[in-house]
Amino acid sequence: MLKIEDIHTYYGDSYVLQGVSLEVKKGMVLAMLGRNGVGKTTLIRSIIGFTPARSGRIMFNGQEITHLDADRIVRMGMGLVPQGRRVFPSLTVRENLAIAERGADAPGAWDFAKIYKLFPRLEERRDQRANTLSGGEQQMLAIARALISNPLFLLMDEPTEGLAPVLVREVGDAIVKLKQEGLSIFLVEQNLSFARRFADYIHLMSKGKIVYSATPAELWEDQEAKHRWLGV
Amino acid sequence: MKDLFNSKTKIAGILLGMVFLMALPPFYTSYWISLLTQMLIFAVLAMSLDVLMGYSGLSSFGHAAFFGAAGYVTAILSTRYGGGFIPCLLGGTVLSLLIAMVFGFLVAHASGVSFLIITLALGMCLWGIAFRWVTMTGGDNGISGVMRPDLGLPLNMTDPLTYYYVILAFFLIALVLLILLIRSPFGHSLKGIRDSESRMRVLGYHTWLHKYLAYVVASSFAGSAGVFWAYFNGFISPYDMDLNASIEIILMVILGGPGTLIGPALGAGIIVFLKNFISAYTERWLLIIGSIYILTILYAPQGLVNLVKEWFRSRRIKAETAAKSPDGACKTWNG
Repeated sequence: MLKIEDIHTYYGDSYVLQGVSLEVKKGMVLAMLGRNGVGKTTLIRSIIGFTPARSGRIMFNGQEITHLDADRIVRMGMGLVPQGRRVFPSLTVRENLAIAERGADAPGAWDFAKIYKLFPRLEERRDQRANTLSGGEQQMLAIARALISNPLFLLMDEPTEGLAPVLVREVGDAIVKLKQEGLSIFLVEQNLSFARRFADYIHLMSKGKIVYSATPAELWEDQEAKHRWLGV
Repeated sequence: MKDLFNSKTKIAGILLGMVFLMALPPFYTSYWISLLTQMLIFAVLAMSLDVLMGYSGLSSFGHAAFFGAAGYVTAILSTRYGGGFIPCLLGGTVLSLLIAMVFGFLVAHASGVSFLIITLALGMCLWGIAFRWVTMTGGDNGISGVMRPDLGLPLNMTDPLTYYYVILAFFLIALVLLILLIRSPFGHSLKGIRDSESRMRVLGYHTWLHKYLAYVVASSFAGSAGVFWAYFNGFISPYDMDLNASIEIILMVILGGPGTLIGPALGAGIIVFLKNFISAYTERWLLIIGSIYILTILYAPQGLVNLVKEWFRSRRIKAETAAKSPDGACKTWNG
């Protein structure tokens, strides 16, 4: 589904991604973990086209997307849940979703009814402006907004950042359901105990490189790797 | 909207406006009728800028240029070529549209300050043409002698009241069209771009195209207002499209409340009134307009309409909290 081959990304002169390769197969949830500032968000930005890689190749569904514009990539079926719950503050919940709605006519597709079933809270708040929602509700809205565009593939950038534990659990429940639906997901996170609930495979990142790869169970047992790369 | 105004207040406001604009004018003196006519023309101009400023977050410093360009088309066609109302209206609007389609390629990739500066520069280019192309535009002297249009109806357009009602119809049509525009999915996409352009791009929107279209639509409406202005004033000059004119429209939008449509219309009314009324008493009227601008920025940075909305909302929340259970667990924000 998504294949990244040895990408190198820079911000001006600063060399951020120093040769990253990975593959997310159809129906798989791949997690990329690492501390702050190791290049996780840059990786997301390179995939979605905001900060294109200077060298290397990114393939999506058999097509090269390395240097395409973000809107083109998204129209090919990639959905992004951005970091920090970036919803449209002055639009209502319903407008936030309506703006993103795409391909909701197909059978089994994500439409308003299905979204509200997954996140009943959003239905209760549908006429409220997004900036009056709590942090957890905004995160749900950000996920719902990505889903209603009916992507083939979902990129998630730290969905648990700044959320209370009970909300982390709720967001996790939602991702488990998405996985059951067969959606392929690439998740960037700092929180291992969150990611291990649904990740099929985990990469650890440090200083712009993938330094460790394992199944969640293996990583959970590997105290040294956890301490060294995640600080836990 | 419905969460901001309770419907009673809204209906009362609309009725009051209708009476004020439709039923009462026959009782006004011709001075007031001509003032109201000006207010409505500038209201359309300010509302068209609101599509850019309020809804898309793009502040244009060259909006008056489209207004003026269409005014020149009207003046030139009608005084030199005997052009009737329809050719002038179409000619003025279409010229603004075409200019905006060309300028759009230069401005639509920009936002924030760079949008402002590029529109300023382009607006000055049009002003420069009006000022320097003396054989066509009359230069500094402008073009005078524009007669009121013949609509092909048994109406005496030189009568201020008749012309007022024509302008009122124009204003209402523009208002309805703009309301439809901003409530459409396209309108929502503009608000999305205002909140965050990159977020819109990762939802698959070609944001450049949406900004381009918003610019073209807003400029065309400004052009149509310019046509009626030339007919009303009987005269068009470079001063109708210079930087001061553009800033005045921005002031109308800010004063009334960006992103509300009706706010900028109200702002236009207030500014036109002050300009005419105060300038009759003192030459220092710019000083007063400037003070109003400063007061707005200090005490009502969201504009008058949003100030009133905010007041209604906080009053209702207070009432609701008082009515709810005393444990204070009420968190209702939507009425």
